[in-house]
Amino acid sequence: MKLHEYQSKNIFAKYGVPIPPGRVAATAAEARQIAEELGGRVVVKSQVLVGGRGKAGGVKLANSPEEAEELAAKILSMEIKGLPVRKVLIDKAANIETEIYLGITNDRAARKPVIMASAAGGVDIEEVARETPEKIIKVHIDPLLGLQGYQTRDLAAGIDLPKEHWRAFGKICTGLWEAYYHSDATLAEINPLVITAEGELLAVDGKMLIDDNGLFRHPDLAEMRDLDVEDPTEVEARKYGLSFIKLDGNIGCMVNGAGLAMATMDITKLFGGLPANFLDIGGGANADKVAAAFRLILSDPKVEAVLINIFGGITRGDEVARGILAAIDEVKPEVPMVVRLVGTNAEEGRQLLADADMITAETLADAAQKAVAAAKGGK
Amino acid sequence: MSILVNKNTRLIVQGITGREGLFHTQQMVAYGTNVVGGVTPGKGGEWVLDGKIPVFDSVRQAAEATGANASVIFVPARFAADAIFEAADAGLELIVCITEGIPVFDMMRVRAYIDHLDTRLVGPNCPGLLTPGEAKVGIIPGDIAIPGNVGVVSRSGTLTYEVLYALKNIGMGASTCVGIGGDPVNGTNFIDALRMFEADPQTEKVVMIGEIGGTDEEKAAEFIANHMSKPVVSFIAGQTAPPGKRMGHAGAIVQGGTGTAASKIEALKAANVKVARHPEEIPELL
Repeated sequence: MKLHEYQSKNIFAKYGVPIPPGRVAATAAEARQIAEELGGRVVVKSQVLVGGRGKAGGVKLANSPEEAEELAAKILSMEIKGLPVRKVLIDKAANIETEIYLGITNDRAARKPVIMASAAGGVDIEEVARETPEKIIKVHIDPLLGLQGYQTRDLAAGIDLPKEHWRAFGKICTGLWEAYYHSDATLAEINPLVITAEGELLAVDGKMLIDDNGLFRHPDLAEMRDLDVEDPTEVEARKYGLSFIKLDGNIGCMVNGAGLAMATMDITKLFGGLPANFLDIGGGANADKVAAAFRLILSDPKVEAVLINIFGGITRGDEVARGILAAIDEVKPEVPMVVRLVGTNAEEGRQLLADADMITAETLADAAQKAVAAAKGGK
Repeated sequence: MSILVNKNTRLIVQGITGREGLFHTQQMVAYGTNVVGGVTPGKGGEWVLDGKIPVFDSVRQAAEATGANASVIFVPARFAADAIFEAADAGLELIVCITEGIPVFDMMRVRAYIDHLDTRLVGPNCPGLLTPGEAKVGIIPGDIAIPGNVGVVSRSGTLTYEVLYALKNIGMGASTCVGIGGDPVNGTNFIDALRMFEADPQTEKVVMIGEIGGTDEEKAAEFIANHMSKPVVSFIAGQTAPPGKRMGHAGAIVQGGTGTAASKIEALKAANVKVARHPEEIPELL
């Protein structure tokens, strides 16, 4: 789950990372009021969960409260990469001298968090990683010990940070690490961390990703989920315990198990079709869940056929078949359906489905070919 | 022979009185697995399966009373790391964690801790282990596989069943099937399983089922090229998966251009591994 800049920075501040004074506004009038309170120049920053806000004109400098109001009105009416701007952050403008990158993420291969710093801050860090990886200093963190003081000094030295800033930088690294592990984050990033003309270090931008599996420990963070960035069908799927991802093709797929769901998508393409979605209905296949899955798949008008692939295993095939039939009775799909059932009592299940005028298949390859043919109208 | 589990495995079930734990205990016992006890804190002294299997309050008590050497974990995600630590501290040699949805930070802590012990963790978010005809530890349906000489290792659940079933249909059997799980940080990876299969006299060929996300398949390809004398056939799921999206499994995601199916397939082919176009093609490639 992604957090907005203002949410991320507020969490950082809780752990002692200095951030510019500022507040979030939902209207231009509020923006003006905040700018008046702050005094001087402010930055008006759109709060949307996409990169490249600055380039899209979603981040502007205002010299007066009036200008802040005007800019806020403009930015609040924008859409950035298809997302509406619902809030702007009004921050006191900093006198930026130097921009540093500082971030923590999980290094999957090392099975440890890694803290990274670069003197090339303020730009797209993935580009730096690609073009000049030597400019990024990385230090792995032992998840049982946490970030150690000497590691922050290694980072400071690695990016040639002037020694008078080492103490402040170390405090920021430690704060960022605490924010990271207390929030079950998978990314906590300050880009840029600036050194101001007054010689202070300040996190002027912030970004956090939270591990969805860790959210049970953080009901406060779970509430921050921004549904604007989520596909409505995926949100709907989550309610039923389904894992659903919309794709572009013509063949709807309903499968139990994530790996098998991917393999089913792949084989659909292998035989000349294109998957319309990824859908894992999980263990068991009760009628409610299957019906919800049908509704999700069929909400896409491009779907010309549905391929149902259930490897029953311990779940009984006839039960799965009855679940499918009950769901069809409720949803009444108009596109052809191809069903492949394997497992205990699968034959009985296939017979039930064939009697209901569904196309059945024994192997995965057979099912995929039949679905592709059915989509072309060859039923 | 086989790897990790066999008829001498003495298994306890953590979370044995829960719905999943109890159901799969019945299934494992019916298959012939030697389930010697279970653990549910607060329910020590009770018995399950018509008084056949004793329940203990802690893994240590269960291990001392029963001589167990392995544990399978069915406890909910929020308690799963604690359950793994408990089994490791009780000195069990093998821990199989079925639980899905464990926070990745918990798993990093688990790995950092148990890497210093003589404990092997399989999973989490996995279907467990099956040595056909001897023992099943986890949730793999027993009747879809027969004993044989093919070692199977996989990140997936039902996709693995698919492969075992396709093998059985042409009369091929498995030495052991290892589900290593779909999480980004797990206990046993492809290389660990490949090394065990290479050393196991019963195993003559290996099937490796990977999917998008991470670079474990690429590293396995390098290991196969340098250390495996037995032939390996592979399938990689997720060629049609879009980048940046998590495909059901927490670990199945293409990030910043790494973890693509194409990269894994290329690495495997370079290591002379036959890569199937779809799962049902695997038996003929063997």
